[in-house]
Amino acid sequence: MNSYQYDWSVITNNMDVFIDGALKTLEISALALLFSIPIGIIIGLGRISRNKFLQVISTIYIELMRGIPLLVLLIWIFFVLGRFLNLGAYWSAIIGLALFSAAFIAEIVRAGVQAVPKGQMEAARSAGMTHVQAMRYVVLPQAFRKVLPPLASQFIILIKDSSLVSVVSATDLTLNAKNLVATTFRGLEIWTFVALIYLVMTLTLSLVIRTLEKRWLSREN
Amino acid sequence: MITMENVTKTFGDHTVLQDIQLHVPQSNVFAVIGPSGAGKSTLIRTLNALEPIDSGQITINGSDIHNPKININEARSKIGFVFQSFNLYPFLTALENVTLAPIKVKKMAQADAEKRGKELLDSLGLGDKYDAYPNKLSGGQQQRVAIARALAMDPDVMLFDEPTSALDPEMVTEVLDAIRKLAIAGMTMVVVTHEMNFAKEICDEIVFMADGKIVEVAPPEQFFSAPKSERAQAFLSKVLHH
Repeated sequence: MNSYQYDWSVITNNMDVFIDGALKTLEISALALLFSIPIGIIIGLGRISRNKFLQVISTIYIELMRGIPLLVLLIWIFFVLGRFLNLGAYWSAIIGLALFSAAFIAEIVRAGVQAVPKGQMEAARSAGMTHVQAMRYVVLPQAFRKVLPPLASQFIILIKDSSLVSVVSATDLTLNAKNLVATTFRGLEIWTFVALIYLVMTLTLSLVIRTLEKRWLSREN
Repeated sequence: MITMENVTKTFGDHTVLQDIQLHVPQSNVFAVIGPSGAGKSTLIRTLNALEPIDSGQITINGSDIHNPKININEARSKIGFVFQSFNLYPFLTALENVTLAPIKVKKMAQADAEKRGKELLDSLGLGDKYDAYPNKLSGGQQQRVAIARALAMDPDVMLFDEPTSALDPEMVTEVLDAIRKLAIAGMTMVVVTHEMNFAKEICDEIVFMADGKIVEVAPPEQFFSAPKSERAQAFLSKVLHH
């Protein structure tokens, strides 16, 4: 391997391929995130609902999604659900990622809601708010502040997990890189650069969330 | 105005409220006192159904509070409740704490709710604290914001669950003064308290509880000078002699 000659021109010459792929990865991750948040909130609240049926359904969902490898889930959705509903690679990927991530977000939401003191719900209910209003206007805003760090980790994992969508041939950064490696045989350079792009995306997200957290903390503590 | 009839509540085999009978007429202020564990907090929490009851009936302004057929949210919106630990919303400013329920529950316009909220905060001596978050306020200020928050719904009655017990001694007066003003304005109130002088001064009746029962109900001058029950005599000799 001492004789390996690095040639970084493969990066500069194919910048458009990387940019294209990175934008697709961002798009898929952002959409998956957008869907996984409401699903995660609903499942998370179902988990601590007083309704036994909702509790059981939510628990089964969480355990199932957490127990199945994302790779398998993506393949199932693409080849079974996707064929049936005519979804295509792009939407299969987004739905698979969203459903998978929602299970983890649900557990984070549950922990956050349970960390809000009981007196908050009581204060809201005693003012005449319904359970749903109290959740929405009083409990959830506080729960989100409490779970911002684990939520940020989950979002970052989602971006990195999105690299798996290439197995169902959804176009993203990883698939573009794979194809480029196949034609140029410049694996080391390309994968190193790909890692760098993922790092830039996740670090940016980290920074945004940290700023948000700091702003809330400085104001309210 | 507030009527409790045969109210009973148990936790397991422990009876926390036993056959409670109480009638609080309009514009009266009742203080509930008694040793800890007597059921005072449970009693006041049943009045707005934060705590369910096993049997009996509670009526506030004609609303049968524990009847599952009534709209409990509507009933609660007319019952102000002030907690021992304030329970302000920590992520909202003082003014936002006060305006949240009027906007979301009464569907008040934001400008109207803010105008009313500011008036209330002004009247409670918090005119310079509109934009302060709860953590920047002293305990006494927080409790006054909590009182403003309850008053913002224009309640028919106000319930206080040990409103000064979590406060540093120097802040007790400002909160009691706020409650006193409400009493003078004719608000119907039930106050669970350990402040005997306050109870003596502003209350129409003292409700003495022990072991989940109302042992004695009497006007303050009579209760504090000549309590009838032995339990009340024993209690008063402990709390008044130091």
